[in-house]
Amino acid sequence: MDWTAINPILLLASLMVAATPIILASVGELIVERAGVLNLGVEGMMITGAVCGFIVAVNTGSPVLGFIGAAIGGAILSLLFGFLTQFLLSNQVATGLALTLFGLGLSALMGQSYIGIKAPDFPDWHIPLLGDIPVIGPIVFQHDPMVYVGLAIVIAVWSFLKYSRAGLILRAVGENHEAAHALGYHVIRVRMLAIMFGGACAGLGGAYLSLVRVPQWTEGMTAGAGWIALAIVVFASWKPLRLLLGAYLFGGVTVLQLNLQAAGMAIPVEYLSMSPYLATIAVLVIMRAGRAPGSLGQSFHASR
Amino acid sequence: MTIKSIMAGATFAASLSTAAFAEDPTKVGFIYVGPVGDGGWTYEHNQGRLAVEEAFGDAVETVFVENVPEGADAERVLQQMALGGADLIFTTSFGYMDPTINVAEKFPDVKFEHATGYKQADNVSVYSARFYEGRAVQGHIAGHMTESNVIGYIGSFPIPEVIRGINAAYVQAKAVNPDVEFKIVWAYTWFDPAKEAEAATVLIEQGADVILQHTDSTAPQAAAQAAGNVVTFGQASDMAEFGPFPRVSSIIDNWSPYYIARTQAVIDGTWESTSTWDGIGSGMVGIGEITDAVPAEVKASAEALRDSLASGEYHAFTGPLNKQDGSAWLADGETADDGTLAGMNFFVEGLTGEIPQ
Repeated sequence: MDWTAINPILLLASLMVAATPIILASVGELIVERAGVLNLGVEGMMITGAVCGFIVAVNTGSPVLGFIGAAIGGAILSLLFGFLTQFLLSNQVATGLALTLFGLGLSALMGQSYIGIKAPDFPDWHIPLLGDIPVIGPIVFQHDPMVYVGLAIVIAVWSFLKYSRAGLILRAVGENHEAAHALGYHVIRVRMLAIMFGGACAGLGGAYLSLVRVPQWTEGMTAGAGWIALAIVVFASWKPLRLLLGAYLFGGVTVLQLNLQAAGMAIPVEYLSMSPYLATIAVLVIMRAGRAPGSLGQSFHASR
Repeated sequence: MTIKSIMAGATFAASLSTAAFAEDPTKVGFIYVGPVGDGGWTYEHNQGRLAVEEAFGDAVETVFVENVPEGADAERVLQQMALGGADLIFTTSFGYMDPTINVAEKFPDVKFEHATGYKQADNVSVYSARFYEGRAVQGHIAGHMTESNVIGYIGSFPIPEVIRGINAAYVQAKAVNPDVEFKIVWAYTWFDPAKEAEAATVLIEQGADVILQHTDSTAPQAAAQAAGNVVTFGQASDMAEFGPFPRVSSIIDNWSPYYIARTQAVIDGTWESTSTWDGIGSGMVGIGEITDAVPAEVKASAEALRDSLASGEYHAFTGPLNKQDGSAWLADGETADDGTLAGMNFFVEGLTGEIPQ
């Protein structure tokens, strides 16, 4: 095979783009799960965000407004989940699965008249000075703004959980909601806010697909990205920086295997196709040290 | 998905109850493997259904169920449709082959039409399109347009349909540009926009300046547009929104004439079980407008190729052609027979890489 055909700089640059939707969706879910709620509806919120963002962007001509619309759309859908699980105490697993199915149907309905339309352009940022650095410049500093927004959210979530008082409260609610309640924290309110944040992030991830990556609306366009985001949260042991590693690893191996195929690598394609999943699982399992938040997936009611 | 199926089912049930009191229009049913909004395969079948409605007006009533899984569910849906009084049913995916045959046995008076399969019965016709003819035209344009002499090809699954397309495109590209090289990536999906975008980006990074795709989304078009100087072709539907560049032409599935003709045959009582494999000639395979980004003489020769394929005076696989391993396949002037084409599982000479088994 021809190794020279693969350009490592371009490979690393496309890795950052490939990982962005998964990073956005999984960092939102990470907060939700750290608050003790298991929302399996990430796929549904992503696709709803994708269609909401697309509709807003097409009608206003502004991708930025599109992303805002996507975040709002995802958050509204997640409120439905929040209401059912937090106030009506429905089963979180079943409700989350239903949310995915509902999101897929709802987005198809909303997107009916937007099929075949092109999204407004969302140009790459060529960051002055930084973007001109050889090697590092093209890899890190010449992407569209959402790549950096995704990174910023991960860093913000990491420092929020580690350093802020609010982060401590959120973790307390997730680890032991009875104790948090006894200390006077409003468990349901914290969880509702976490769920909305998760929905907004998933919406952004979906809109990244419909506005930047594809960029067009088609039914079912997230094609399972939400499930991968869910899995990465677990394998990253609910830690934001590992989540970043997991998403980059997954995106990186996905891009690498396509590169190897195109370069004519003599490994059967089937093995190359499964490699992103194997590599991500292997690395994150080996590194795994954390455990799930103590109250994950349990309903809370103050009377108990 | 489920919810939409249920909704579709409810509409279907509602239409059944009203149909009993209508003054007996011919009822035509369709089952789809995907959503009608997929922008590709199912979308075009649904356009065919709408064309039938438009052509016959009140004389015909159509029903459809989307997102029908291939297998036992399909059999149930078909049975329901037949019981609901459908006179003609189109089953529009390869995996509906056995369910169609099974249900057709129980309803000898209902006519069935199965797309892309090979099992016929007295009341079951099969039909498919010679998309490889469209691929040949694409290959011709691609061979002229490439400057790096590297053409990227996003394959979906290594099945005869896809392999045929790769071979047809390569043969024509090679004919106009002997230095041309194909880089093939198997995506193992019909539809995954993010993955298709990545595949296209990878091919572009490795020097391809023309991208052919056998996957259904427009993501590769967008990737090519971002790269700036890469040529693409629309797949399954026109994808005209990416013209005049990078999308310089397209293959369009056009089922409308066939669906109208078969519906007419049922109305007239002249329907017979047939096996149809039509190409550019009948209009089942459409070649989307070749844009001005293509030099005039290339456009003219591509249209000449299209017309000769349409009239049948030229076959997309005309000898001398060898298989990849160098063994002889077609002698000088010989053309490929349909049996070989239908089961094609080899690359032609000059293509590199192996077909995954």
